[in-house]
Amino acid sequence: MITFMNNSDSEEEPCNERTSLMSAESPSVPSYQDGLQASEAGEAQAHRKRRTGSSRSPNNIADGDMSDSGVPVRESTLENEEEELTLKYGAKHVIMLFVPVTLCMIVVVATIKSVRFYTEKNGQLIYTPFSEDTPSVGQRLLNSVLNTIIMISVIVVMTVFLVLLYKYRCYKFIHGWLILSSLMLLFLFTYIYLGEVLKTYNVAMDYPTLFLVIWNFGAVGMICIHWKGPLQLQQAYLIMISALMALVFIKYLPEWSAWVILGAISIYDLMAVLCPKGPLRMLVETAQERNEPIFPALIYSSAMMWTVGMAKPDTAARGPSQQTWDAAEDGRENHRSPSHGDSQMSETRSPVPTRPITSLEELEEEERGVKLGLGDFIFYSVLVGKAAATASGDWNTTLACFVAILIGLCLTLLLLAVFKKALPALPISITFGLVFYFSTDNLVRPFMDTLASHQLYI
Amino acid sequence: MGAAVFFGCAGIAFGPALALVLLTVAAEPLRVIVLVAGAFFWLVSLLLASLIWFISVHLSDREDAKLQYGLLIFGAAVSVLLQEAFRFAYFKLLKKADEGLATISEDGRSPISLRQMAYVSGLSFGIISGVFSVINILADSIGPGIVGIHGDSPYYFITSAFLTMALVLLHTFWGVIFFDACEKRRYWCLGLVVASHLLTSGLTFLNPWYEASLVPIFIITLCTGLWAFFTAGGSFRNILKCLSCKQEDDSRVMMYSALQVPFED
Repeated sequence: MITFMNNSDSEEEPCNERTSLMSAESPSVPSYQDGLQASEAGEAQAHRKRRTGSSRSPNNIADGDMSDSGVPVRESTLENEEEELTLKYGAKHVIMLFVPVTLCMIVVVATIKSVRFYTEKNGQLIYTPFSEDTPSVGQRLLNSVLNTIIMISVIVVMTVFLVLLYKYRCYKFIHGWLILSSLMLLFLFTYIYLGEVLKTYNVAMDYPTLFLVIWNFGAVGMICIHWKGPLQLQQAYLIMISALMALVFIKYLPEWSAWVILGAISIYDLMAVLCPKGPLRMLVETAQERNEPIFPALIYSSAMMWTVGMAKPDTAARGPSQQTWDAAEDGRENHRSPSHGDSQMSETRSPVPTRPITSLEELEEEERGVKLGLGDFIFYSVLVGKAAATASGDWNTTLACFVAILIGLCLTLLLLAVFKKALPALPISITFGLVFYFSTDNLVRPFMDTLASHQLYI
Repeated sequence: MGAAVFFGCAGIAFGPALALVLLTVAAEPLRVIVLVAGAFFWLVSLLLASLIWFISVHLSDREDAKLQYGLLIFGAAVSVLLQEAFRFAYFKLLKKADEGLATISEDGRSPISLRQMAYVSGLSFGIISGVFSVINILADSIGPGIVGIHGDSPYYFITSAFLTMALVLLHTFWGVIFFDACEKRRYWCLGLVVASHLLTSGLTFLNPWYEASLVPIFIITLCTGLWAFFTAGGSFRNILKCLSCKQEDDSRVMMYSALQVPFED
């Protein structure tokens, strides 16, 4: 059975594109400081323990540019400072990601537990055509693996298509695609969601009010996400659309397929980001070469940078969304989780010898934030939402998965700080989440239930 | 019934924990991370204990009720021991992290002290342990139902809430005492903490005879609390000073003028 969603593929494609993109991580960004051009050799550079983010590296002293202090300082001192900065900001960054991820999961779990619609089986997406209603376990497993293969291939094809579009500079097409997909999410999915919530609580709403509410919500959302808006409003909208997308996945993915897809997509994420020929890696490298931002509205950013007065040749794609971007990319910052925006943000310096004033740099440092791709939000929420939906009404499983995902995120950020290299955010969290889901559902639940029935505490 | 019981019991069970988290943990990112990581460690210990219990149940005769009850006691004991083992493992991890943080900080001191980490880790164990014990009960307390219709105690919800509160506080105190004992290598303290945990868990086996289980558990909580207070460096003088809100600043001036690094606690 196929649902109405099949009519417009575009709503799914952006989702896939979103997830595949967002799971990716930008590879290490070579330092743009002072005329240093990003090149293929940037890869090798990035692997060095450099990235002091200033002109103090031996190569650049000869440039004679004005750096922060203008005085060549010893490399080691800087590296120490950098280490300390990394870790000093590390904990704050982790919390800056914990909060939105937690909020997204809370929205998803609250909806799953209260609104029946999202746990009812009403057909499947065309990307998972094989039904799981078969009697035998082997057949069901086979169907779910086939579903996964189809879904992952769709995602890979989409990503490659996107990379090609980007490589051949079809920006208008990409932006049109993105705008169409956010339109779909902000209007259509919100309308459905609101309808179901009103049905659940038996609240009546007339059409004019509904139209007003949806119109305002959607219009402000489009502006905030694609153009300028208060940072927190933009963050709230991004969290909401991630939650809506996750709910769609939870509703329309059959059970076993969902778990296999989660596992497969974290493996794909790992390969796409770390392999040299991975599509996501190529995408980010291309973006770096061109000194351009990739796509706005697909990355959650937690801080704002005021880049007033920076002499920076701006590309058309970048202009409006600059304000809502987190800069901090004077090459100094560690690459947090999946964001392609990193490479864009890193070129707050044009490849010009003169550098911005010191105070502005310090301001940048202070306002540094973290970014996380929306696909990660979506898949984390899918995991926790599925746990809430299918774990026989047990809250322990949901909570265990939640803690597992947070710890995975924490470890990913720690690895990021250690390796200073782009890392995918999905694998560790999803692995922990899956392990905890299956073990809590099958082992811990009977134990705790038996203990609770005797009112025993451990 | 319904919402009143739910909110009341939730408040009783998690009120102190929520207050402690909001006032002491939420503002500091490092403490939040220690909190979440502590919860993770507790979960892993529970997982292993459940695995052991699950295997033992499957290898045994399911029909024999007495045997099953015995296996449950065994499972609970194993779980307590594993929790303490993982508390020790967490101590080791935090100690290493503390050293790491100290080396890379600018003044050679880590931004969070081991005592703070002890407190937060104890709190994290307590919260996650309490949540896992009582959340399903709380969820059931909203819905329609009659408590104790088969002859069980009608005070199930409220006693569960009080037990959870005691457990949360106990874990916090045990965390403080445990870390301090490990730090100072006082192994009898360690043994005492483990013993008191086993005792508390064992006392819950006396439910629903609540006079024999709840009252001693609360007495144990109080005693452990006092012990933790004195372990953490508290004393009657400190309480008096805190209550009288006196400022002490003279000695600082002296130290600054003597060009010494002020000794901060």
